[in-house]
Amino acid sequence: MAAGADGAHSPIAQFEIKSLVPLRLFGFDTSFTNSALFMIIAVALISAFLIMSMRGRSLVPTRMQSVAEVFYEFVANTVRDNVGQEGMKFFPLVFSLFVFVLICNVVGLVPGAFTVTSHIVVTAALALLVIGIVIVYGVATQGTHFLKLFVPDVPPALLPLMVPIEVISFLSRPLSLSVRLFANMLAGHIALKIFAGFVGSLLAAGVWGIISPLPLLLTIALTALELLVAVLQAYVFAVLTCVYLNDAVHGAHH
Amino acid sequence: MSMLLIGAVAVTTGEFIPSAGAPDVFPPFDPRTFASQLFWLAVSFGALYFLMARVALPRIGEVIEERRDRIQRDLDEAVRLKAETDAALKAYEQSLADARGKAQGLAKETRDRLAAETDAERHRVEGELNAKLAETEKRIGETKARALASVDEIAASTASDVVSLLTGKGVSDGEVRKALAKARAG
Repeated sequence: MAAGADGAHSPIAQFEIKSLVPLRLFGFDTSFTNSALFMIIAVALISAFLIMSMRGRSLVPTRMQSVAEVFYEFVANTVRDNVGQEGMKFFPLVFSLFVFVLICNVVGLVPGAFTVTSHIVVTAALALLVIGIVIVYGVATQGTHFLKLFVPDVPPALLPLMVPIEVISFLSRPLSLSVRLFANMLAGHIALKIFAGFVGSLLAAGVWGIISPLPLLLTIALTALELLVAVLQAYVFAVLTCVYLNDAVHGAHH
Repeated sequence: MSMLLIGAVAVTTGEFIPSAGAPDVFPPFDPRTFASQLFWLAVSFGALYFLMARVALPRIGEVIEERRDRIQRDLDEAVRLKAETDAALKAYEQSLADARGKAQGLAKETRDRLAAETDAERHRVEGELNAKLAETEKRIGETKARALASVDEIAASTASDVVSLLTGKGVSDGEVRKALAKARAG
């Protein structure tokens, strides 16, 4: 059991932020870390893929180009379905959020890689960005009418009850948006690490090594499941972003 | 190397991102890393947004739009060609029907003309035959009349011969004729 007990094999060691290049800006520690490295890797992968694949700009797409187009159409349809044609001004934002979360999640599944989205501060920042845009755009285009969002169509007697509920539900949006993604990534990676750790521990435990293929098989199955979760959570994040943006664009039409 | 650098930062500031080893707090909740993560998230996500909004998405959108236009144009062209084909087909059927009608007219005309000619020919032949028949009947009548007249003569000569043989006396032609006329009348 010695191999499983040291720090490097702790299930939470994979979430450690390690400084690669120390840097101080504006009085804060903004060191270039493994997290920053994987953010940059994700952005580089996405940009390289989307820009390279469209180099030909052919009418009959190449394989790479059609993949890029599938991504585009998929997100564009999600925005159109949830927000409508006026929502297309937010299309670059939703697309960036979707591919960023998706690629960070998927790259994080590579053994040894760091999962940017397993940190609550990252997912919270993205969620607050979305809610911030919803509030700013909603107030800018609808003014005080935007506050109608908190006043549902109910008998006036119920309003003292309903308005606080609506306010709490609105405030819980960034919370649920960020925690959902963070918790899914965190839990999935911990589970993977624990089961993968069993393989090593069992192999090191003499005769128990015979049953070591069992956690290995489980790890393989979990990896497939985590791939699904990685894609699904990116999609959920994008869809919920669209749903919230719909309030900013169309106001309260419950 | 980086450990040394971080060590230096730690000495001067008192706050630092741990470089390795077991964390003293659960890493996702370690506030010492927040500033760095937020900063690099802003940098990388900002760069991504800029690249997507300014470069990648307009290019993809352009291509998809162009393809949609092209397909629409081709479909419109196909519809136009189909309409042309339909018109040509209709014109062809029309001219076919015209030709058929004309041919039928021509056939009827020819048939009528031939029938009229045949009728005329038949009338002519019938007329000729009737004329010949009438002439022949007339001739037969004349011959018969002549023959009947001859019968009287023969009867008269026979009667005078018979009388002369029986009586031994000659009889005048006039008497014989009178007797014959009396016998025929009686």
